[in-house]
Amino acid sequence: MLKIDLEEIASKEIAARKPNRIHCCTAAGCLSAGAEEGFEQFQKEVDRLGLTDTVQVAKVGCMRLCCQGPLVKVQIADSTNSPFPIEDKHGTIQNNNQIEILFHQVHAESAKSIVAGFTGQKVEAVRGDFQSPFFQNQVSVILDNSGNVEPERIESYIAAKGYKGLYQVLHHFSLDEVIHEITRSGLRGRGGAAYPTGIKWGTVAKNKSEKKYVVCNADEGDPGAFMNRSLLESDPHRVLEGMAIAGYALGSSQGYIYVRGEYPLAVQRLQIAITQANRLGILGTRIFGTPFDFRIDLRTGAGAFVCGEETALMASIMGQRGTPTPRPPYPAEHGLWGMPTLLNNVETYGNIAAIIRNGSDWFAGMGTQTSKGTKVFCLTGNVVNTGLVEVPLGTPIHKIVYDIGGGAVEGNTIKAVQTGGPSGGCIPAEMFDVPVDYDSLAKLGSILGSGGMIALDNTNRMVDVARFFMQFCMDESCGKCIPCRAGTVQIHRLLRKILAGSADHADLDRLEQLCVMVKDTSLCGLGQSAPNPTLSTLKYFRSEYESLLKESDSTQRINLPLLCSSAQMGNQEQLSAETKGS
Amino acid sequence: MESKETKLHQEVSSLAILESEIRKLQYRQDALIEVLHIAQNLFSYLSKETLRYVAKQLKLPYSKVQGVATFYHLFRLQPPAEHTCIVCTGTACYVKGAYRLLETVESWSGLQEGHISEDSKISLRSVRCLEPCGIAPVVVIDGKVRGHETPEKLLQELKGWFVNVKDRS
Ligand SMILES: Cc1cc2nc3c(=O)[nH]c(=O)nc-3n(C[C@H](O)[C@H](O)[C@H](O)COP(=O)(O)O)c2cc1C
Ligand code: FES
Repeated sequence: MLKIDLEEIASKEIAARKPNRIHCCTAAGCLSAGAEEGFEQFQKEVDRLGLTDTVQVAKVGCMRLCCQGPLVKVQIADSTNSPFPIEDKHGTIQNNNQIEILFHQVHAESAKSIVAGFTGQKVEAVRGDFQSPFFQNQVSVILDNSGNVEPERIESYIAAKGYKGLYQVLHHFSLDEVIHEITRSGLRGRGGAAYPTGIKWGTVAKNKSEKKYVVCNADEGDPGAFMNRSLLESDPHRVLEGMAIAGYALGSSQGYIYVRGEYPLAVQRLQIAITQANRLGILGTRIFGTPFDFRIDLRTGAGAFVCGEETALMASIMGQRGTPTPRPPYPAEHGLWGMPTLLNNVETYGNIAAIIRNGSDWFAGMGTQTSKGTKVFCLTGNVVNTGLVEVPLGTPIHKIVYDIGGGAVEGNTIKAVQTGGPSGGCIPAEMFDVPVDYDSLAKLGSILGSGGMIALDNTNRMVDVARFFMQFCMDESCGKCIPCRAGTVQIHRLLRKILAGSADHADLDRLEQLCVMVKDTSLCGLGQSAPNPTLSTLKYFRSEYESLLKESDSTQRINLPLLCSSAQMGNQEQLSAETKGS
Repeated sequence: MESKETKLHQEVSSLAILESEIRKLQYRQDALIEVLHIAQNLFSYLSKETLRYVAKQLKLPYSKVQGVATFYHLFRLQPPAEHTCIVCTGTACYVKGAYRLLETVESWSGLQEGHISEDSKISLRSVRCLEPCGIAPVVVIDGKVRGHETPEKLLQELKGWFVNVKDRS
């Protein structure tokens, strides 16, 4: 492959841009709200009104405020001379001489009206607010390109400094230097376990082998979270670039992306991205004219939560049933087809190129002492604003829930947030001062997980929330080990009994014991973490459980302290045994 | 109604496509899941015959192919119904009342979640997160995603389907 010139592609792309742009979100959320229809209408109207020389319509990725979709961002150059009616600047932002306006719920009619705005007519469409706390309290590192670049055009990514990081490492970094830089950045895996990425890379690099694999975990099993999907649909090249840099650092020439089967659009966009990168010689053989070869293939999952677990995922890539195997051996030594394999999450790879371009100090300057950088959260549930949120790690929960999320819907109050999905726990509203980082959430008995954050209000019953997650784990247990297979069924049964009002204190004690047992004895992370939602609701919302117990029983019982760590749990069992005896 | 002949014709050509796709994947046994995805797209479900065919082509034991097909939720082993109503019961939809939607449809139609009506016309299913969680609760009616769903709106949409349905299984 001839040496390609990224600068040239970028400047050509920028020169071809029309002064005014209409960016339509075409990520999954807005598509299901009808974005395609709006996009087509925009194009039709721009053609019809003969505006093609000055107005460009582009399909872009997620603009975060999913609950108001389909979202459209209009960029107007030279706002003083534009016929577009923008006397009312409220909610707009200025960006390099351009003014940016957000529109909510854009369907065919409002699309028509927005285009007519470029001929000076009054615009009848729902205006959004870029100045609102939802946007103003967020940052853009991972989501930097989302809503700005066109995911189906590699030139658009290159114009946004894309593939510069890969170019840089291939020409100016030794293998060790890449790993050193990633280690220094303090980046930790974004898939849930939060293992330091640089150290993982170092381990795979050290294992000498003819063949090595670089795998991207895009299985995203947490129901109610879509950070990874959004990134793949909005900015697929960012993930490919991160994987290629990893391939170079580790001496691997083959990558796989394991995508959830439920994500057809992400699969399609990745396929397009890979084809385009291959064509430009950015992936494939002799990348950028250097001796480095790296190809990336896609593998689609088929709907099994456990396949997000790394050993199950590898089994699935090899065409097997996705059941986990005990570790060690770790994938870093003995992974795909027995070869050393690096496994990282989508968002982990999404950080890599930016760290290379901007330096590890820049990255380490964000976040907290032990949790560096930013994190994308998927804020859903009973808050006013739902969608994607990117903040530095260490941001307090109240800022995310109340400032960004806008708090509870009218008349209700937020009671807790659930983080970490089926492996995580609930954090009560009294503790919303806690900074969101890996260690602080773990201390509270939850996990940061992959970034799901679900707000629960007074209409949600915590015991039912626990039951909901337990049912999920019960359905998703692969059945290989007994504690998880049978334990989740028993816990679920007990929770149902409590909800039905036919349980007594002995059942509650049994529930706690079972949870601890399943946690301690299961084979893989699924079973080990399945009791977390139950344990954390027991810890913080015990009174909700107790109020459901059979009445005759609860009168005999003294009130237990509301908060207890699992270390205290032993004491509590003793206490309840004593009270029962009395 | 399609004639038997066109149906047969379609199946033969689908089989030819499947064969060529398997060839493109170089008969690799580790491509089994990809092959099953392709087969399901072509035939809309995985019949025993299809699984046997895949097993033969990839030189894998039938039991292994069947084991993989049953392990993954996305693979359908029964023909799909004419109409489908899918209610998302992922976390975001759950906290916004997905079960109310499900219960409403169940009690109104007499059809249970996960079941197909006796005349194979309607299937009612739940799934775990369709991922437009921002517009929860979400349902999919005959492939069309609908957000911010309410029991009233949903029933309105489904009314036409349910004329004397009986639960099949
Ligand atoms: C039951 C289970 C499900 C998991 N699901 C995912 C997932 O959907 N996405 C993910 O990246 N990691 C998931 N993980 C974590 C992976 O095993 C692995 O730690 C991770 O992909 C490593 O990447 P990272 O170091 O970049 O975080 C899951 C783990 C378990 C036990
Ligand atoms: S939880 Fe229903 S769409 Fe995600």
